[in-house]
Amino acid sequence: MPSYVLSDRCDGCQGREPVCAQICPSDIMTLDPEHNRAFNREPDACWECYSCVKSCPQQAVEVSACADVVPLGGRVFPQCDEDSVTWSVQLRNGVNKQFTYPTRTIAEGAIAPYAGKPQADLSKIDQAGFFTTVGKLPTP
Amino acid sequence: MGNLANPEIVQIDTDILIIGGGMAACGAAYEARAWAPEGMRILLVDKAALARSGAVAMGLSAINVYLGDEDPADYARMVANDLMGITRDDLTYDLGRHVDDSVHLFEEWGLPIWKQPGDEGKSLREGGQPVRSGRWQIMIHGESYKPIVAEAARKALGEENIQEHVQIVKLLLDANHDNRICGAIGLSARTHTVFVYTAKAVLLAAGGASNIFRPRALGEGTGRTWYPPWSAGSTYAMAAEVGAELTMMENRFVPTRFKDGYGPVGAWFLHYQAKATNCRGNLYMTTNQHLLDDYPPYGQSEVPATCLRNHLMLHEMRDGRGPIYIRTDTALQARARLHEEQVGQQRAQALNAELEAHAWEDFLGMCTPQAGVWAGENIEPEKSPSELMPTEPYLLGSHAGCCGLWVSGPADIAPPEWQWGYRSMTTVEGLFSAGDGVGASGHKFSSGSHAEGRIAGKAMVKYCLDHADFTPTPQQSPAQCVDAVYAPVRVYLENKGYATSDAVNPHWIRPDMLLKRLQKIMDEYVGGVSTQYCVNDQMMRTAIDKLQLLKEDARRVRAKDLHELMRAWETTHRILVGEAHARHMLYRKETRYPGFYYNMDHNFIDEHNWKCFVNSKIDPTTGEWRCFQKAHQDLIPKSL
Ligand SMILES: Cc1cc2nc3c(=O)[nH]c(=O)nc-3n(C[C@H](O)[C@H](O)[C@H](O)COP(=O)(O)OP(=O)(O)OC[C@H]3O[C@@H](n4cnc5c(N)ncnc54)[C@H](O)[C@@H]3O)c2cc1C
Ligand code: SF4
Ligand code: SF4
Repeated sequence: MPSYVLSDRCDGCQGREPVCAQICPSDIMTLDPEHNRAFNREPDACWECYSCVKSCPQQAVEVSACADVVPLGGRVFPQCDEDSVTWSVQLRNGVNKQFTYPTRTIAEGAIAPYAGKPQADLSKIDQAGFFTTVGKLPTP
Repeated sequence: MGNLANPEIVQIDTDILIIGGGMAACGAAYEARAWAPEGMRILLVDKAALARSGAVAMGLSAINVYLGDEDPADYARMVANDLMGITRDDLTYDLGRHVDDSVHLFEEWGLPIWKQPGDEGKSLREGGQPVRSGRWQIMIHGESYKPIVAEAARKALGEENIQEHVQIVKLLLDANHDNRICGAIGLSARTHTVFVYTAKAVLLAAGGASNIFRPRALGEGTGRTWYPPWSAGSTYAMAAEVGAELTMMENRFVPTRFKDGYGPVGAWFLHYQAKATNCRGNLYMTTNQHLLDDYPPYGQSEVPATCLRNHLMLHEMRDGRGPIYIRTDTALQARARLHEEQVGQQRAQALNAELEAHAWEDFLGMCTPQAGVWAGENIEPEKSPSELMPTEPYLLGSHAGCCGLWVSGPADIAPPEWQWGYRSMTTVEGLFSAGDGVGASGHKFSSGSHAEGRIAGKAMVKYCLDHADFTPTPQQSPAQCVDAVYAPVRVYLENKGYATSDAVNPHWIRPDMLLKRLQKIMDEYVGGVSTQYCVNDQMMRTAIDKLQLLKEDARRVRAKDLHELMRAWETTHRILVGEAHARHMLYRKETRYPGFYYNMDHNFIDEHNWKCFVNSKIDPTTGEWRCFQKAHQDLIPKSL
């Protein structure tokens, strides 16, 4: 069920590192240097994870359900906003659905992982518990 | 700058090396940085991009381990029963008492967690009540779960201490100490560079193993596996190669999932109370209940072990009563009727729309391709049921499986046989693991893997403090490291041009063919889908013989570019995992996991002789495998 790139939308990220190639967990999306457009170089190893789809600034990547298994004509496409994602689902028979879900309560880039956390107390490194643990952990 | 024939060598020295960027690795980064004194160097290396790497790439709809008011001892009991009695209570109890803090952090970092009506504004830490989909699971809006956890890890370590798109292919043993780790070798997926890392402590958290067995799909769909295709079993393979003890590699997970899209069933069974039926509409879990009595006590607990639930389904399918359906339709219609009874038809409309949205979210935010199957097949879950199917086997230690590395347990719980100095350390000095990497436990899932990574991260800091004067010295020279990593490239360069096309050449094997041969051997002789998970001793001996030839041929795997070089290494790792699986299964003379596999020569559970761990070890100098028993003990009474 592989991703594919629309010829008339992809601009090759204009000479910067292609975002889709950067994010693909399996090193599948890559740039075709001749045409300066991205493509899926290994469709039968694609997890259809949508990471490339969600990250493309041109909305140039889509996913086609795998042809050896699923009938043609469905479409599942996400529109990512700052704190939500809206999915458009189109069934083969033409029925359309749209769903919006929250994705985060803190803006991307604004996480402060140690804010308000205690300093680790090295004298406790031999005891069970995280640096954030208050009190003593139970034992069986 | 290097090129294909002559890659550049870059050596990087660090104190702690974290291999992987998934849930466990991100947890380790966060906790280790908090304990590490200034100046202690921590480097994280991931073969992909942290924001979407690992098994959580698509997001998740539930956090499967959050204890809240539950007792960690009960959690340990549940894990033990689900894995047919053979787990380590020290590891599972320890996880249970630590895990909630990671979930609290996720919420603080912005992960939306479903709350009970009235508690919407209240965090879990403040006592806000989550919506549970089961005794241990809570529901989340988890599409961005991984980017959130990754951002926290990235900020904790600092941008300069994270390397992405570098695949680790081998661990390095120290020249001056027996059985001690001193670093790793990696290859860049972007430039012709071989990285030689030296480190005092190494965390190997590169996830579990998919694609060891032939998947059910035949063409494009072969990438649409249940566990992601990039989970190459590198954790088990690289550790085994340097002599770390493996445990329970005979354990596998055969998830029953929505057919073809691999959509998870958890929320459907637990949250929506959907039922599964055979072709006649019968509830086979009820009609086949007596089969559970063959496997006391694991079949008779309130929730029978996962493999036994498969066992009942396979019984139906073998007797010709498939397909098996999950009745999403009746489950959602029942809810809709309930809404109407409670608030009247008018107001129920909004609730039912929400119900439909949640039903789709379960897949859109965790297993999007299942929504693609529904779309292509015109399935609306409130109108028609979906098919279920047990999948090809997977090997992992964090989900409903327990294969992995044998690690040292917590000092205040583990008996002496189960601890040797540093929590989470393998039997190789300085080599640690977490998440899918740690065996004999299981049911850690995303939150537990993060927590276990944190536990390991803290222990690694202690290890580095205690071994401040250790200077890692690899046995291999940098040039030897390059030769090892780029061997598949050399095979290509030396033989290209022999035939008019690169597609077929008798002097090499392509990485994709190497993988297909492994999958065919495993499928046909080690209990894949084509034999309905049935094996016998002779089949497994045959498999092991064939795998020896495959390993010889793996030395002739070709790589014509960096992408193929990554695939060549992934498959090389997978072959070793497949061999470990076959050797362990052959060694265990019983069928411990009916429903996951059946050894027809020993198709019974033998509590007297085999309620024990099976561990194995490769001698790193001779390459010889040895399987052996390790005694099991219950630290927590199980009869309750
Ligand atoms: C479909 C599906 C549904 C799931 N549902 C749930 C759920 O509902 N709730 C829940 O809590 N859990 C769920 N899980 C389980 C959860 O995702 C895992 O338990 C968890 O991700 C394991 O963490 P890990 O760190 O061990 O591995 P991963 O998160 O998989 O991370 C492995 C990391 O190692 C990297 N890596 C691999 N090889 C190398 C190498 N050679 N060199 C460098 N880096 C490497 C990868 O890029 C990745 O970053 C689900 C998993 C799947 C696949
Ligand atoms: S991210 Fe989009 S625009 Fe950029 S290269 Fe990929 S497909 Fe093209
Ligand atoms: S869908 Fe996922 S696996 Fe497939 S190319 Fe895109 S990012 Fe890679």
